[in-house]
Amino acid sequence: MELSILGIGILTWVVFLPVLGMIVVLLLPKENGLAIRATTAAATGLQLLLSIVIFMRFDRALLGINDPDSFQFVEMYRWISVDAVPWVGRIEINYFLGIDGLSVLMVILTALISFIGAISSWNIKRLEKGYFSLYLLLATGMMGVFVALDFFLFFVFWEVMLLPMYFLIGIWGGPRREYAAIKFFIYTFVGSVLMLIVMLALYFSVTYVDPTTGEKVHTFNILMMMDPANFEPGTVLYGVDTTWRYAAWILLFIGFAIKIPLFPFHTWLPDAHVEAPTPISVILAGVLLKMGTYGLLRISYPIFPDATVHYLYPMAILGVISIIYGALCAMAQKDFKKLIAYSSISHMGIVVLGMAALNTQGMVGAVLQMFNHGTITAMLFLIVGVVYDRTGKLGLYDFGGLANQMPKYTGVVMIAFFAALGLPGLSGFISELFSFLGAFDTFRTLAIISVSGIVLTAAYMLWTLQRVFLGALKEEHKTLPDLTTRELIAFVPLAIIVIFLGVYPAPAIDLMNASLSYLVEVVRTGGEFVIIP
Amino acid sequence: MTSDTLIQFALYILFLPLLGFLLLIFFGKRLPRQGDWIATGILGVTLLLSLIILFVKLLSYPAETFISQFTWIDFGDVPFIGPISVELGIMLDNLSVIMLVVVTLVSFLVHVFSIGYMQGDVRYSRYFAYLGLFSFSMLGIVITHNFLMMYIFWELVGLSSYLLIGHWYEKKTASDAAKKAFIVNRIGDAGMFVGIMIIFVTFSTFTFEKIFDSIAVGTIPFGSEAWLTAAGILIFCGAIGKSAQFPLHTWLPDAMEGPTPVSALIHAATMVAAGVYLIARTFTIMTGDALMVITYIGLITAIIGAVIAITQFDIKKVLAYSTISQLGYMVMALGTGAFTAGFFHLVTHASFKAGLFLGSGSVIHAMHEALHKKHDHQTDPQDIRNMGGLKKKMPVTYLTFLIFTLAISGVPFTSGFLSKDEILAGTLGFASVTGHYLVPVLAFLVAGLTAFYMFRLLILTFHGDHADSSRENDIHESPGVMTIPLIIFAALSLWFFYSFNPFGASSGWFYAAIERPMSVVPSVVQPVAAEVFKDAVHHAHTLAMVLSILIAGLGILFAFVVYHFRRVDADRLKNAAGPLYDFSYNKLYFDEMYDRSVVGGTMGLSNLSKWFDDTIIDGIVNGSAAITRWWSAFTGRFDNVVIDGLVNFSAYFTGFIGLILRKFQTGKVQTYIVFVIFSIIVFFFIFRTL
Repeated sequence: MELSILGIGILTWVVFLPVLGMIVVLLLPKENGLAIRATTAAATGLQLLLSIVIFMRFDRALLGINDPDSFQFVEMYRWISVDAVPWVGRIEINYFLGIDGLSVLMVILTALISFIGAISSWNIKRLEKGYFSLYLLLATGMMGVFVALDFFLFFVFWEVMLLPMYFLIGIWGGPRREYAAIKFFIYTFVGSVLMLIVMLALYFSVTYVDPTTGEKVHTFNILMMMDPANFEPGTVLYGVDTTWRYAAWILLFIGFAIKIPLFPFHTWLPDAHVEAPTPISVILAGVLLKMGTYGLLRISYPIFPDATVHYLYPMAILGVISIIYGALCAMAQKDFKKLIAYSSISHMGIVVLGMAALNTQGMVGAVLQMFNHGTITAMLFLIVGVVYDRTGKLGLYDFGGLANQMPKYTGVVMIAFFAALGLPGLSGFISELFSFLGAFDTFRTLAIISVSGIVLTAAYMLWTLQRVFLGALKEEHKTLPDLTTRELIAFVPLAIIVIFLGVYPAPAIDLMNASLSYLVEVVRTGGEFVIIP
Repeated sequence: MTSDTLIQFALYILFLPLLGFLLLIFFGKRLPRQGDWIATGILGVTLLLSLIILFVKLLSYPAETFISQFTWIDFGDVPFIGPISVELGIMLDNLSVIMLVVVTLVSFLVHVFSIGYMQGDVRYSRYFAYLGLFSFSMLGIVITHNFLMMYIFWELVGLSSYLLIGHWYEKKTASDAAKKAFIVNRIGDAGMFVGIMIIFVTFSTFTFEKIFDSIAVGTIPFGSEAWLTAAGILIFCGAIGKSAQFPLHTWLPDAMEGPTPVSALIHAATMVAAGVYLIARTFTIMTGDALMVITYIGLITAIIGAVIAITQFDIKKVLAYSTISQLGYMVMALGTGAFTAGFFHLVTHASFKAGLFLGSGSVIHAMHEALHKKHDHQTDPQDIRNMGGLKKKMPVTYLTFLIFTLAISGVPFTSGFLSKDEILAGTLGFASVTGHYLVPVLAFLVAGLTAFYMFRLLILTFHGDHADSSRENDIHESPGVMTIPLIIFAALSLWFFYSFNPFGASSGWFYAAIERPMSVVPSVVQPVAAEVFKDAVHHAHTLAMVLSILIAGLGILFAFVVYHFRRVDADRLKNAAGPLYDFSYNKLYFDEMYDRSVVGGTMGLSNLSKWFDDTIIDGIVNGSAAITRWWSAFTGRFDNVVIDGLVNFSAYFTGFIGLILRKFQTGKVQTYIVFVIFSIIVFFFIFRTL
């Protein structure tokens, strides 16, 4: 499947539209706030439109994963090529984009959340030009991560996303923004360094022979790395189940686990969320966290199937700990935003548990949970933003009785909260259901333990609902206005998706079912898979 | 009428209330009369359709099961597992069509009653919207043909229950009760979820029929019947939560914070009976051990409920505990194998308990109006000690209440007598087959207690004199919109709707329609087990009937002696009971126990986690940052002092040397020649010695 506009592939458009927008924003005078905002909204809006085109044109039957021929919307150009270096042969880095069932939902999610974030950035007051250009750069970085099929390119996008995030938190954040920004940056950067090490090790281990010249070529092509035949004998990552391969897997895993974030690498998240401005929290929880789990599935799983299978159980344990520990921590919070941040940790734990199950149900549940968590948590952070914008307060005990004062708002809150606690009929339930069902197949005991998480989640969600929205209204809140039209524009699409996918999840599941089933096959045949009751 | 038409009707029944919900939630306030007529009308239509389905089904297709389904999610042929797909669908068999009528009937009458009771409420349209949501969810439970949909609607009724209990959410007690109901139910649901996971992993489907068929041919979870037992008990956990069985019964009394018609609909007649319905649905996969657990849980619940109900003074609390007790009865009946009796009691109980709650609603309404008139906001309108003598003022309410009370006490010529008698016969039969004689003994005791506390309630509320004579004249009978539902429920609490023989239901239509399903569990020898049980029940029947009439009579008599004729002083009884009274009055201290252990434990654990996160994990993070900073400060210092010191020193040293050497750079050729000659001499000596 190929699709191009003006001779340029659609994926390139999707990735670089925000950069185009950024250029426009940079050219605009900094006094013209409205034009800056409109440009941002237009760029991300177009991005969303293109992602919908991709969704419509996407062939659900093609597998992808390690088969270059069944990737869709592929674009591949030689980017950097150094001829005949002594010892290593030709060096080759490609501009290689393409999507399959694993990434298509993430592309849609990224575009959607970027757009919602742009809308909710409307009331950013300070240094708009800087804010919106960084925001657009961030959007490009995020999208690039999900479509890159060359490790080097993947890494570049990964870093491109990091930098604007640092400034967006560090400049437009709350009182402790500098601490949070530095913490975020260093944490993620440690992860990047670990990833870089593995990337280089892979690069030096993987070669292929160019059919036209007969030359031996080193490559960053992720798909090449998935074929064990391409590993040069004697190189560091050659073989199956070697210590070096295990080590490389662990380094990658830590790199990605920081991003997810998985216990015990998670403490940057609450700080970053509390300090970040609302739209950045939305982006952070809605998209950035998924890069960790996506990286695991795109890179760790198919490139190191042996090590993946070897470490499934520890991975599942970390997932379960995140689920329960995250929920317990959330329950103890007195700050609305921090509570939602910890709930993210808990919900991302479900993704990891479902992935670790290594069967179709679990994987589909996990990837769907990535998407659903993206939409639901985006709603939750927007919800926090609404009261913060109006009152400047975030304490759970500062509120009460908002249900009567702000009925539309409370309606949205109900949908988001009940989706977050996994109420059937809303999207969160479906993905949790299949994650748990998959996990139960592979790790019976762990799955049973993790189910206690759904009780804890119900407890802290309803307790929050009670403290903030039920009970008596405080005197100083009797004048709070209900949702504005702009806020509704941000909420309504998310709410519709949450309800639709809860009632009829098949369209989302069909998108990825084939690819993920194939990924399960690839990984399970590449390692010694065992069921641990 | 063909089966397709019936299915179509069933779908209308299911989705019409949802439509009502959507209409009222979005447009409720703008509609005339806030849309109460839409909600009520819709339920009226569903009731009519349900009745049509019931008659057609029982008359034309008594033995058939109609299923209509579609594939909701299709994973296709999944690697290493095989084909997995999730079908949603509806099933019409005798069980579900009877239940359809029960639900729509109670729901419709409660809608009608609410028009009077909720008049002038701040969230009037919201209230009716939520009733619609509840009806939709409950009907979903009733007509589903698979576990997943059961679970989905199971949680949705939990949601509507949450919303309706918390209808007056400005009150802390109401929002607390709503939250408690949801969370406690979630605990049961989590167990049910695990049970469903066991089932799904084994059979790769949620559909009842396919699962039952697979078990019948010997496929059981993980190849061991222990797992089948576990699956059965775990699914039963869902019923423990929803039907307020021990040990998760504590949410139901608190749920009385909701409006009284809600209590009648959700927390007495239908939703709480869903657990019983669930057991009936899954009865065929319950192993002997699982059924034994179910029996005893039901029995314990029946006793706990009855014992607590004796000492309560809040009219709704008494009824709530009586509901718990009666639900325990039903659960126990299913556990003992008295399948038809258990389900029959669900049906009869639905009308007389809904009636009791609506009756209490009528009383509370009248009390409230009277108190309101006197601007008295201190007196509790629900406390039976503030009532008394309402018989003359509210004759319709009294008379219907009397019929309901007779029914729940198991007095002949009522529906309650028919079903209770069958249950008691079942327990006797069960005991004679298994030797568990404790079950019938305690079941009869509960029957006696029930008669006693229900008549205590009736007498204290309606007989004697009113507690405050100045208020008496302000108390009026409720309007027709409230009393007509009462009259209908009262009629339905008589025997002839279920069997023309007032002393036995086994010849009636109900027993013809509902038969105990054959067990598919491999170790249960069918149909022998069912036959043995049937014989035992048959033998025990007369004994059960005589005993139950006797015991109910004793209970009623005792209640009259103490509270009506006051031959025995109630306070003296209380003192004689001593700590036992306190124990009962304080609800056996379950709430306190749970608060200290489960709630306290979870909160403690949660605070511990927060501490661990802030201090240890983040401590390590910040600590390593601090160490890095310290180390960089040290290296900075080292750089400044040592490395840079060396550099500076060498520069200084060079300068110093230069300073000395400069002295030799005189610029005079003669001096240089002297140096040269001197050096040559020195070198000459050095090289000579070598």
